[in-house]
Amino acid sequence: MSAMQRYLDVKGLKKQYIEGTPILKGIDFSIEQPGIIAIIGPSGTGKSTLLRCINRLVSPSDGRIIINNQDTSNASGKALRNLRRQVAMVFQEYNLVERLSVIENVLSGRLGYMSSWQAWRRKYTQQDINTAFELLAAVGLTDQANKRADSLSGGQRQRVGIARAVMQDPSIILADEPTSSLDPKTAVEIMALLERFAREKNIPALVNMHDVKLAQRFATRIIGMSNGHIIYDGPPQGISDDILNKIYGGESWLD
Amino acid sequence: MAGLKTQQLSAHPNPFPKKLWHYAAGILIIAYLFYSIGTMGLDWQRFIEGLGHADKLLDRMFPPNFSRWELLLEGLLESLEIAVISSAAGIFLSLFIGLLAARNFMPNWVSVPVRGFIAICRSFHPVIIAILFVKSVGFGALAGILTLIIATIGFIAKLFAEAIEEISFKQVEAIQATGANFISVILFSVMPQVFSRFIGFATYQFDSNLRNSTMVGIVGAGGLGGTLFSAFQRFDYDFVAAILITIIALILFWEFLSTLVRRIFQCRK
Amino acid sequence: MSQINQQWQRFTLAQKLSRYSVYLLFVMALVMSMRTVEIIPEFFFDAPEQMMDMFSRMWPVDVAFYPITVHAAIIETLNIATLGTLVTLIFAVPLALLNASNVVASPIAHWVARFFLVSSRSVNSLVWALLFVAIFGPGVLAGVLAIAFRSVGFVGKLLAEALEEIDMGSVEALRATGAPWGAVMLKGYWPQVMPAFYSIVLFRWDINVRESAVLGLVGAGGIGVVLNDSMNLFEWQQVATSLLAIFAVVIMAEILVVNIRKRMI
Repeated sequence: MSAMQRYLDVKGLKKQYIEGTPILKGIDFSIEQPGIIAIIGPSGTGKSTLLRCINRLVSPSDGRIIINNQDTSNASGKALRNLRRQVAMVFQEYNLVERLSVIENVLSGRLGYMSSWQAWRRKYTQQDINTAFELLAAVGLTDQANKRADSLSGGQRQRVGIARAVMQDPSIILADEPTSSLDPKTAVEIMALLERFAREKNIPALVNMHDVKLAQRFATRIIGMSNGHIIYDGPPQGISDDILNKIYGGESWLD
Repeated sequence: MAGLKTQQLSAHPNPFPKKLWHYAAGILIIAYLFYSIGTMGLDWQRFIEGLGHADKLLDRMFPPNFSRWELLLEGLLESLEIAVISSAAGIFLSLFIGLLAARNFMPNWVSVPVRGFIAICRSFHPVIIAILFVKSVGFGALAGILTLIIATIGFIAKLFAEAIEEISFKQVEAIQATGANFISVILFSVMPQVFSRFIGFATYQFDSNLRNSTMVGIVGAGGLGGTLFSAFQRFDYDFVAAILITIIALILFWEFLSTLVRRIFQCRK
Repeated sequence: MSQINQQWQRFTLAQKLSRYSVYLLFVMALVMSMRTVEIIPEFFFDAPEQMMDMFSRMWPVDVAFYPITVHAAIIETLNIATLGTLVTLIFAVPLALLNASNVVASPIAHWVARFFLVSSRSVNSLVWALLFVAIFGPGVLAGVLAIAFRSVGFVGKLLAEALEEIDMGSVEALRATGAPWGAVMLKGYWPQVMPAFYSIVLFRWDINVRESAVLGLVGAGGIGVVLNDSMNLFEWQQVATSLLAIFAVVIMAEILVVNIRKRMI
């Protein structure tokens, strides 16, 4: 692996849902180091949109996204799916398939590598099954393997979500406010898990979050967004009250 | 395919045991298909022949022939009359019958037979009821009206009884606690809970009565069904097409109207 | 502080007017209908007596008639209903997928699917039966197709509505893993829609049992044929037998459906 491995390049990304009111007004950044990169910013500033543009759940209005030196802009069909399976996503609302078992939810991370027929017949390879159980053990949910996903608590569900994401063997993890629905203690556990996987697999994890202190604790780099632009891009220590003001606006909440 | 740090590579059992009953169900369905197609003597040949006929039939049906529009209009109006009168009378009667069937208002010796009666009204297809009425009161709209009144009672009275049984007495108590008199209690606690559902039921039942009123004529109970049946018997297929189009248009029109009505009374979907 | 007299009305003027118009229109429709409908009053007052007469002729019920003809016909009716419902699925499922805005986005597809679904529901199964008897001749084939064609609209519409009500979160997650369309359908949509699917199919089967019983009146097979023949021969006691058989089957079907539903929940 060369030192200049470019995990992700975002160039001139713009997105508007409604004509005339752009959400993303020109985003540029690139990721060359593994680890957690936190994105902070007020609600509605386009953090979710940014992540979804990266795996094309949302189509950018302008700009280019380059993942592992492959331009995703015009990918469609099979090429798009191949790109997507390299990019794993963790969601705020966990987005598990409620009626299926925990282990099947984890295994669904491999669906990008299987045909629909294999999916229907549940023909997962033995290798996949082994890995899935190992991941479950790594997130501490071995006993829950055969339980239905909706019988788990929020924190447990998010751990399944992370296991599913890692199951994809991705080159980058995107996490859209993975801790916003969780209590503070569980939030820390989840961030620790994300950090651990990012470190062990040597990949970056792009994480949207609200909690600036949490971000400073786990991230190696923080990107601050406001009003559709990147306002800050640097180490966690550099986040001063001044910067926070610029990002979020208003002083009273800082006290 | 990188796993995580593990002590040993263990082969885990397949977490998806083959559920036997899934296979059994699948085999059962396939066996049933063979059995039913066999006993009923459905054969491919007949089907293909039929398709040939279908082709010719469709040719004769188009373009639809509206030249006998007076006959069409007559049948249409009669169907509408049957639907309106039977819905109104049926709903009116259902209010009383439903009340009599409500187990929280009536003693068992009243509610049980009434519920039985409602069940009988529901169990028979309107066409069967129509035939019985035609045999007893003669051909024409009367048989149709009586038929659909029975059909209406079977549906509305049951729903009404259930709605009454489900009345939340909490709301009734709340209004009573304000010292309001009995009528006010009914108006402000019972009615609001029941009314919007009632509009939903009523529009659904009118829709059903409208559809049925276009059909009971086939056995002589009045309405477009009669016109349709005679057209079939005379092989006037282009007139048949015209009648079918009218029926579809009528039902579509009512579907549109009923959403309007429900919105006006601000009911839930 | 000045006093502001607020006014509260439960409904705005526009709402009141529209509510009153509906009431008014309804009453007008009722009055007009009652005036124009052709009913011979004598028949109306005669009705109870006539009905009693007919019922008396149906008693006692001709039990011996049952094993000869009625039993086979009832089984045939059940088969028509079941086979018809199964055939329905072949058409209803694709149409429902085309009609659900969260599966297929194209408005053209929606309108096309909607057209088929609405036409299917607007035509009674009896009328479909007439049509199919004209095409395929009298017999069970016409009956099965009549049931199938009528049910497509019902099942398709309810299925599309059930599809639109699912939570799209897990679907989004599966798409994000790069899963192919079929896998997303199987693992994302199907698990959520499954209870509704079975419920709808059972519901329609129950209705179809009722509908199948009368199709024979126009020649499309089943107990309706026996009923028709008995009535044409004025054999009222045999008519009673058929009616009882129909009633019994409908009740049994309903009990079956209620029990299966209980086990599903």
